[in-house]
Amino acid sequence: MLTLEAISKVYKVGAFGGRELTAVQEVSFAVGPGEVVSLIGESGSGKSTIGRMVLRLASVTKGRIVFDGTDVSRHTGARLKAYRKKVQGVFQDPFSSYNPIFKADRVLHMIRDSFFPGVSASQWRTKLEESLDAVRLDPGQVLGKYPHQLSGGQLQRLLIARALLLDIELLVADEIISMLDASTRIDVLNLLAELKERGLGILFITHDLSLGHYLSDRSVILRRGEVVEIGPTTEVFANPKHDYTKMLLASVPQLHRKWDMA
Amino acid sequence: MGLRVENLRVYYRTMRGDVKALDGATFEVADGEIMGLAGESGCGKSTLSKSLIRLDSRMKLVAGSVELDGKMLPLTDHEAMNKYRFAEVSLIPQYAMSALNPTRKIGKMIAELVRSRGFSYRVLLPELERRLALVGLSPDVLNNYPIELSGGMKQRTVMVLSTLLDPSLLIADEVTSALDVSTQRAVAETLVQFRDRGFVKSMIVVTHDLSLVYQIADTIMVMYAGKLAEKAPADKVVKEPRHPYTRLLISSLPEVGVRYAERRLVGIPGRPPGLLDPPSGCRFRDRCPLAFDKCAEEPPFVEVERGHEVACWKAM
Ligand SMILES: Nc1ncnc2c1ncn2[C@@H]1O[C@H](COP(=O)(O)OP(=O)(O)OP(=O)(O)O)[C@@H](O)[C@H]1O
Ligand SMILES: Nc1ncnc2c1ncn2[C@@H]1O[C@H](COP(=O)(O)OP(=O)(O)O)[C@@H](O)[C@H]1O
Ligand code: SF4
Ligand SMILES: [Mg+2]
Ligand SMILES: [Mg+2]
Repeated sequence: MLTLEAISKVYKVGAFGGRELTAVQEVSFAVGPGEVVSLIGESGSGKSTIGRMVLRLASVTKGRIVFDGTDVSRHTGARLKAYRKKVQGVFQDPFSSYNPIFKADRVLHMIRDSFFPGVSASQWRTKLEESLDAVRLDPGQVLGKYPHQLSGGQLQRLLIARALLLDIELLVADEIISMLDASTRIDVLNLLAELKERGLGILFITHDLSLGHYLSDRSVILRRGEVVEIGPTTEVFANPKHDYTKMLLASVPQLHRKWDMA
Repeated sequence: MGLRVENLRVYYRTMRGDVKALDGATFEVADGEIMGLAGESGCGKSTLSKSLIRLDSRMKLVAGSVELDGKMLPLTDHEAMNKYRFAEVSLIPQYAMSALNPTRKIGKMIAELVRSRGFSYRVLLPELERRLALVGLSPDVLNNYPIELSGGMKQRTVMVLSTLLDPSLLIADEVTSALDVSTQRAVAETLVQFRDRGFVKSMIVVTHDLSLVYQIADTIMVMYAGKLAEKAPADKVVKEPRHPYTRLLISSLPEVGVRYAERRLVGIPGRPPGLLDPPSGCRFRDRCPLAFDKCAEEPPFVEVERGHEVACWKAM
């Protein structure tokens, strides 16, 4: 379904864009229908940049992004819009996705305006309630509220509900769990697993290996923009080959083992 | 001597009535103790944290008192609290990293804060630089703008700043939740180091990440819907929790090794009650698998064994 073919991203940085920074270097992997692929790495390793390129929120410097057989990496206009109807993203910091001067549910109504202009009010209402229910939000508690009146977890679930309003084929989930508390986390993870069983492909970006392990079929380990290890999740976790993967594994806090602190 | 909180009730005034975000908390944090504070989003962790520092205009102190090292904190008196804030009790607020003023260099910001509290930046500078070095930061960060630092660097800078005057108590609200695992670990270990070096005497580490706080905390306190549910040594809370909510919370944690395909973890069905008009009796009642008649009455938060307090009729 989605195939990344040696994609790279070079940012121009510094005063007047005089220097170049290679954030992503020749990364290749694929996500199939009903497959969850974890993209794991430290902060700054290029995970979000890859996610943003897949969502076409960042331009692709080099390489191809092939979706259902078509290179979408240079799509614009109507073709880009059609692509976005099938591929949506949810991000880590729920606050930045909201404009504080508008009510939070504006993000839902905007989907209606741009993708479902013909849908009747009652059909829309049902659709809304279904997707809010899927993320366990009580419409009465969240609709009509401003962002500052809702918790981070509520705002995050609202954004997942927003993605679910579209019949998407691929979800890019960029660290969506890290701001949520434990029981909400597992609900959202299980929700993603159910969506996967219904055929949704998920690019699950995380630095938390336990979350990646719980959910994903395959894992891609990213270090400084490059893939250092890739394979079936169970293998990567049982038998990590790269020292970096081992270090990431050792940092995960666990309840049956305490860190040995120097 | 540490911190003693007595029946603390802090509500938010809203158009529709009072939100009972913190509804009667009684607990102590001893000198040298790192207490983890955990619980679902919205249970009142940040409200408790803010209450010990600064009640904003919408928060009202309904009852209770807070004693730090034997002195009562004048919670409702903004002027009088100035003497304690930052110097005796310091808070790293949730989202502190994103709240840093992007147009001010770090050093300038620290200088302004320190001066506003009546201290000389020049006098404190050598100690500031020494502590930055201790957490692996070069003094150059003082000349950086916040956006030029990574999340972990920003968080360590905020930690150094918040403890510069050696406060008795540091409250760290979700300081690791936006960081990656290796940085999280470094920041968490820095907290322990600050305690061990005596930069702070005791600490409240607020988090929803029980596995993380378990690594560094001596004790863990769990809140539910504005009330205290359980407090005990960290090992007890994790290995022998007595409150049904704590048990469910712990069993919902994904550990490395658990996979959806093999063992599906379950969250806690239902939602916490709204705090505008919370139900009487045990607030966990409608989600609790052990609930029985008696739970219509509110369970007191009592010691069930030495150092282990629980608010549940089934745990007594
Ligand atoms: N300014 C406010 N006005 C009204 N209600 C508020 C306000 N701030 C917080 N609340 C409510 O008080 C309760 C406790 O909020 P608090 O921020 O203390 O939760 P928390 O445990 O820190 O959650 P999180 O894990 O999401 O940070 C929630 O029900 C919240 O909606
Ligand atoms: N808009 C941008 N301009 C310049 N550099 C950027 C931009 N976005 C990200 N970077 C840089 O690209 C690298 C990868 O960042 P990112 O993809 O956000 O990593 P991750 O999501 O893994 O934390 C980092 O060095 C970051 O500083
Ligand atoms: S008091 Fe009753 S409802 Fe509350 S936690 Fe205990 S058993 Fe459950
Ligand atoms: Mg990122
Ligand atoms: Mg909070």
